Parts: sequence; C-alpha cells; structure tokens
Amino acid sequence: MSELGGLSRGVEDVGEGVVINVRDLRMRYGSVDVLRGVEFVARRGEVLALLGPNGAGKTTTIEILEGFRMRSAGEVGVLGIDPARGDEAWRARVGVVLQSWRDHGRWRVRELLDNLGRYYSPYSTPERKRPYDADELVEMVGLEEHAGKKISKLSGGQRRRLDVAIGIVGRPEVLFLDEPTAGFDPHARREFHDLVHRLSDLEDTTILLTTHDLDEAEKLADRILILAGGSIIADGSADALSRRMATNAEVKWTRDGQRFVHAPADATHFVRELFGQYGDAISDLEVRRASLEDAYMTLVQQFESGQRGSAAREFEEVAG
Amino acid sequence: MNPKMVAVRAGIRRGVIEIRQTLTNGADLSNYLFFPVIILIVMFFLRGVSVPGSNFSLSSATMPSVLGMQIAFGGLIGIAIALITEREDGTLLRAKAVPNGMLGYLIGKILLFSGMSLVSLAIILLPSALLFDGLQLGIPGAWLTLAWVLALGLVATMPMGAICGSLFSNPSYLGLVMIPFMGLAAISGIFYPITSFPGWLQWIAQIFPIYWLGLGMRSALLPGSLVSVEIGDSWRHLETLGVLGLWAVIGLVLAPMVLRRMARRESGSSVAERRERAMQRVH
Repeated sequence: MSELGGLSRGVEDVGEGVVINVRDLRMRYGSVDVLRGVEFVARRGEVLALLGPNGAGKTTTIEILEGFRMRSAGEVGVLGIDPARGDEAWRARVGVVLQSWRDHGRWRVRELLDNLGRYYSPYSTPERKRPYDADELVEMVGLEEHAGKKISKLSGGQRRRLDVAIGIVGRPEVLFLDEPTAGFDPHARREFHDLVHRLSDLEDTTILLTTHDLDEAEKLADRILILAGGSIIADGSADALSRRMATNAEVKWTRDGQRFVHAPADATHFVRELFGQYGDAISDLEVRRASLEDAYMTLVQQFESGQRGSAAREFEEVAG
Repeated sequence: MNPKMVAVRAGIRRGVIEIRQTLTNGADLSNYLFFPVIILIVMFFLRGVSVPGSNFSLSSATMPSVLGMQIAFGGLIGIAIALITEREDGTLLRAKAVPNGMLGYLIGKILLFSGMSLVSLAIILLPSALLFDGLQLGIPGAWLTLAWVLALGLVATMPMGAICGSLFSNPSYLGLVMIPFMGLAAISGIFYPITSFPGWLQWIAQIFPIYWLGLGMRSALLPGSLVSVEIGDSWRHLETLGVLGLWAVIGLVLAPMVLRRMARRESGSSVAERRERAMQRVH
C-alpha cells in the first residue's frame, strides 16, 4: 500500500520491546470497508500520532486496540495480548482517554480520581506502583485549584485534563488518547505536551494518540502514521515525512532592495548557484523546507487522486 | 487483595458517595419527596374514612401498600433510568475502561438504590406512624417481615430494572416501562382490595412483584383482622416468598447476560452516536 517505499514496517521483527503490533487489520461495516489492511508497530516508550482525514478510520482503529470494538479480520496485539480477549489484568496495564463526555458531573475531581484509582491497586508491581496518588495526579494535570470542584463545573479544557488524568490513573504501560487536546488553550496544550514527554521518557509509556493538529503531532510524536482510505499511507518521523516531500522547499531572498521567492526542486543546489551568481548582493536569505502540514496535504491529496484514478479505471473496466 | 474484592469495595465507596450526592441534590430530593408527600396529603384528608365493613382507617390500610409500590418502583425504574442515562453520558464506558470497573459500578448502583429505597421507606413510614392510627409498628415481628419483604423485593426488582435499562438505548422509551408499571399498580390491590377485581385481572396482578410487595408490607404492618379482604383470607407468606424468589432467580440469571451483552457494545463512538441523537432530540 505504501507508494512511498522504505516505510518502517517491522512486523517481521516482532519481539523485544514491541507493545502494539497490528497486522493486516480489516474492518467492514455492512458492505463498507473502513479499514483495509492497517499495519504498524509501536515499541516501548514510543509516541505515535495517528493522523488522517475525517472518516479515515482513526477512531475505529483506536477502539479496536482499546478492546472496545471487534475487528473483522487481521492480527492485533497490545502488550502481547489480543485486545478482543484482554482480561482485567490486561485492562489494568492499558490507559484509555476517551473523547470528552458529560459523565460523573456530580463527582468532585479528586474524589473520582481516588475512586477509579482503587481498582488498580491489586495490579501494582514493585517496578510500577499503581495507582497514582490522587493528589499527585491532580497536580500532574494542573487541576490543583479545582481538586474539590464538581466535575460539571469544570471548563472544557479542565474537563479534558481530567479525562487525561483518568486515563493515566493506573500508571498504564500503553496509553491511547483520542483527540486529547480538543478545547485546550495554548498554555494547557504546552502543559499537556510536557506531560506526554514525561510519561514516555520517565514512565516508558507507549502512547498512541489521534489529533487534527499537525503542529502538535510534530512536537509530540516520535513517529507519525497517516491513515487514509482505510490503510496507513505513510509511517515515519515528522522530519522524514517532510523530507520525503522535499520537492518544494521555498527560498526567499533580497537583492538590490527587491524581494524574490522561488520554489526550486533542489534548494541546496539552487542557493549555491544563487550565491555563485550574485555573491554579496544577496541578503535576508530564508530557506523553508516543506512543513509537516505541506507533506500531509500532499500525501493525502496524492492518495485521494490516486484513489479517484483507480475508481475511474474500475468504472471504465466495468463500463467497457 | 483479590482484585474482585477490591472492586467490590471501590463499588461500595462509589455507592456511598452517590447516596450522599443524591441526598444533597435538591432536584433528586424533590423527586423522592414528590409522590410520598402527595399521597400523605391525600391520605391525611381521608383519615376519617374507614375500610368498608370495619372501623379501621382507610389511610392506615393503604400506606403499607404504597410502601410496597414504592419499593417496586425504586428497584425497577430507578436502576433502569440510571443505566440508560449513564450509558448515554459515558459513565459505563468509563467503568469498562477500568479493571473490574463494571463490577464496581453495579455494586455502587445496587447500594445506591437499596439505600434510597430505605430512605423512601422512611419518608413514607415516619409521617404515617405519626398521622395515622393502627399500624403495627411496636411489634418486632412486624419489622422482621418488613425487612425480608424489602430485601427480597429489591432482589426481585433491581435485576429486572437493570435488564430494562440495558435493552432500551433511548430515555424516551422509558415510557414503555412506566405505562405498564402504572397499569399494574392500578390492578395490584394498592388502592383497592384486589378481591374486588374480576378473577382474570387478579391472576395477571399476581404474576408480578408489585402485588406481592404490597401484600407483604400489609402483612407486616396491618392487624390480622384486615386479612379478610385478601385473596384466600391469608397473608400468603409462602407464596410471596415463592413468587418474589422466582423473579429474583430469573433476574439474577438473565441480568448478567443482558448486562454483558450491553457492555460489550459500548465504545467511544457508540456513546458519541447516542449523544448526537440526543442533541437532535433537544433541537
């Protein structure tokens, strides 16, 4: 499926440190194929961002991994266990941040975290003490001032922080977050990013999150997966993805008081030529490589036009 | 400690917290008080009226039946409403994401509704004791009967409530449960002696727990002389035990299966879908 080639598949060398392993995952609702052979691997402590247009199957994928949805076909392993058959001990090692609901509106923040944490205590190990202390957790997500507040009185962003806190209360080894930062202001967003780094670096938590914010994906994720048309069309670091789309880096410069913009195929070569020709007359040089956003748009557009192309071909075949 | 035991304890804590939340919530309290207050007022004005053929107060004779109805109502409707609304707002999905969370959730709900049944009982019984004469409150045997009828009544009705709550995904379908419930209350000898109804209606009423809960409460709190308006001139404790016990067994066998099936279907997107539909209903 990868037209891009050289993507890290890694399914063959499953073993050491593999926390999430998805192979040829398929999901069909009625006669509609939502997922058509999704494949990826996540290793311990890795942060993966799952990007893709609406309706691409991000939520379906994450729900299958959470064990909340049955799949039609394919192999899935989370912590070495099939989520469809995950028992309570497995459940205790998995953290889930659902999209925001209105639940537990009458409960108080600290009270709910304390109550939900209790269920995890039998699964505590010497290396991984479970659950988090409720006060510590409240502080980690920046809700100290609201610990005694009724949950229905929280703002959208505060509520989302509580959702994250609930997701990690059992100190999970793998954490799934479905659009965790919806409704966050820039400050809350920054704090959330710090929390994700802390979880992956200090706690060795493997994190899979979906987001619509490419900037966020770039900041947080070790690896970005782009899901389109029911399969992973790109898998790599933000850097690698942008470089792969390096065709159109943008070069801006000033010469004789005049501003120039050009988008050469090979920016390095172009700039060398530029200086060779004009030397000191060049000032204010800027070279901007294609951003992740550019790369994402190009990839998804290429993929979609490719699909339309193949759909048209199929139509012609049928018609002819 | 055993994870299941830990979950049971966390569930008990959850129940206690939710009882406290209900008791400090104005809207909830007025819900609990509304019906008992209305019925107490009506009965207060009827306190001079006697049961036909005796000099026993009609109000005193009716209050135990109302208690029985209240227990059936709390057990069945209360838990059904809770399951439907908490499925819609995502509470159940939260429980599902936590190890043994569903067990704890159910323990919490059982405790909440048992506790609130006791509260409703007190709301009706205490004023009744002060306002009306003739209730057998001084006899230990009365309290013993009241206790076992209450306990068995809760075990007979709550699993059924959980089943109803699992089968309906939309709160507005609750009418489907409420209407037959009201119909049953009308024919179950709560306000009129069941013996004044035609035989076939008596048979229908005797299938369901509400009649037996009313009968059990009357047997506990009314003097023996009033047994003459009952079927077979008897309090029929054995039959009460049998019918309520049968409902309890059916409920306890079916409820876990239905609940498991319902819980299996819960996922983030199914909650989102229901929420979407709920928003459309509002607009």
